Amino acid sequence: MRSIWIIIARRLIRLIPTMLGVAFIVFMMMHLAPGDPVELMMGEGGHVTEEEIQKIRAEYGLDKPLYAQFGSFVVNAAKGNFGRSFMKQQPVMSVIKSRIPATVELSLFSFVFAVLVALPLGILCAVYRRSIIDRIITFVSLGGISFPNFYLGILLIIIFGASLELLPISGRSTYGIESAYVTGFYLLDSLITGNLNAFVNTLRHLILPSIALGGMVVAVTVRMTRTSMLQVLDQDYIRTARAKGLPEWKVILKHALKNALIPTVSILGLQIGILLGGNMIIETVFSWPGLGSLAVEGIYARDYPLIQGVVIIYAATYVFVNLVVDLLYTKINPKVEVT
Amino acid sequence: MRKKFLRNSGNLLRDKTTLVSGIIIIVFLFVSILAPLISPHDPKDADLNRRLQPPVWSEDGSWDHILGCDHMGRDILSRIIYGSRVSIFVGTAVVVISAIVGTALGLVAGYHGGWIDTILSAIVDIILAFPLLIFAIALMAATGPGLKNLIMALAYKEWVRFYRLVRGDVLLAKKMEYVETARSLGARDIYIMFKHILPNVFTPVLVLGTLGMANVILMEASLSFLGLGVQPPSPAWGLMVSEGRQYMMTSWWLSTFPGLAIVILIITLNLFGQGLREAFDPRLSLEE
Repeated sequence: MRSIWIIIARRLIRLIPTMLGVAFIVFMMMHLAPGDPVELMMGEGGHVTEEEIQKIRAEYGLDKPLYAQFGSFVVNAAKGNFGRSFMKQQPVMSVIKSRIPATVELSLFSFVFAVLVALPLGILCAVYRRSIIDRIITFVSLGGISFPNFYLGILLIIIFGASLELLPISGRSTYGIESAYVTGFYLLDSLITGNLNAFVNTLRHLILPSIALGGMVVAVTVRMTRTSMLQVLDQDYIRTARAKGLPEWKVILKHALKNALIPTVSILGLQIGILLGGNMIIETVFSWPGLGSLAVEGIYARDYPLIQGVVIIYAATYVFVNLVVDLLYTKINPKVEVT
Repeated sequence: MRKKFLRNSGNLLRDKTTLVSGIIIIVFLFVSILAPLISPHDPKDADLNRRLQPPVWSEDGSWDHILGCDHMGRDILSRIIYGSRVSIFVGTAVVVISAIVGTALGLVAGYHGGWIDTILSAIVDIILAFPLLIFAIALMAATGPGLKNLIMALAYKEWVRFYRLVRGDVLLAKKMEYVETARSLGARDIYIMFKHILPNVFTPVLVLGTLGMANVILMEASLSFLGLGVQPPSPAWGLMVSEGRQYMMTSWWLSTFPGLAIVILIITLNLFGQGLREAFDPRLSLEE
């Protein structure tokens, strides 16, 4: 068994060409885009002289050949510099940074919610295999993977927001009940400042978008947990545990679940992918001021530096998380060895 | 081979869920083809007198507009019927393009190996580094909305699934005795690929195509929802859900019915794909 650090280093090195490719695709995509970026920056109606346009071109390096532009794009991106956002008139990175807490808070909350719902349901299905409960849950979870998240979000808004008026349907908190800014994570901030009112308010705002975002993760995880529990329950050591006279709940929760979780962890990467992709849509539906809605705003405004920055951040996060999942997987499953 | 295929098809028809979902898919197909004949109204025909008219079972509803009208007084049922054309056309086009490209490249990479395989696999790694929808969203942002761009944006990522499946299968098939035999008898590579290897990957590609169709239609709806797909006033289901968003507090039917159409089509495609998989190729997993 090689040292874990060597494995990590090797994997990180292998990410370099992939990330270079990602940067190349993102760079090329925005050069495919119709229209001159300088004219776009100037906006419509403004009268600019040819000289001024040339000046801006030189300032942004747009007068250099494409390969040189790509070179400086990569060098700058590696330093976290994606240029200035046309739309916000600020460096792209600082716009992105201001939006990250909202997205991370929603994604984490959604993920925890999804796993807490999905694991018991998956176990229930496996333990009562072929029963009516199993059939209902399996069918509903198939419905779950077929349910577009934007539609789930809108139905939740119609039912819980418009009809029952139970829960807030947009934003992170009600205006005026925010806690003081500490970290940007509202739940954490309200706890730090001891503002219980703001904590409850934020929590209520998180519920509907989290369900909409996590719905598909629940469906995928239920199916995976069910399948792997069924496989584990057939094993000899489960029979042994039962024969020892252990109570059934102990057999299931201690012996079976621990092993059944291994394949569930292996699809963590898939789930994170669902969450990251879903961000853009759910944040738009619930007017959530995060990275996803920022990207969508950027697309409508054709703010190319901003789009480039956000897409690269998304891809880098995804690749990195998948690496962590892989390493985690080898940690809990000694049978697999990464190279 | 043919006998096995027929026996499996027989199993398929005996499985009720698969049979019913197959029938529903055929109904969707007919509805989209026959849209001009069965649709009660012109989907683009606006009339502000009928603005936000509720469905037939409400007090103000009428049989003339069974599912009610939208914010421009257009008949929702007719728009859903025409909208099926967009989803089914985009879904089919993307899956067919992806299946052909993915299968061809997978065959070559798996059979040839070497530098072709290295380069293609590197490209695949890069494409897979983008989370699900983000690649398509970024591409649509760059190329602008429209049907052709939509199909291309979805196909750019979708072919990878077919590539990986076929490449893996070819690597296995290459080691089979009949391929070795064919080669030792002097058969040419092209002949071996088409005659001996391609028929073996046919059914898994078919299964993946059905499940992939569900996935593509889901993504098409999401892109249309964001306004990055087919442009108004053309009816697309995702776009209709999005247009109804503004009115969801008062007129729930605008978003609810087109969304329901998306869900029903995707569920039946998933059920049918699962049935196919169980009948033909149990080792393919849903997540792949």
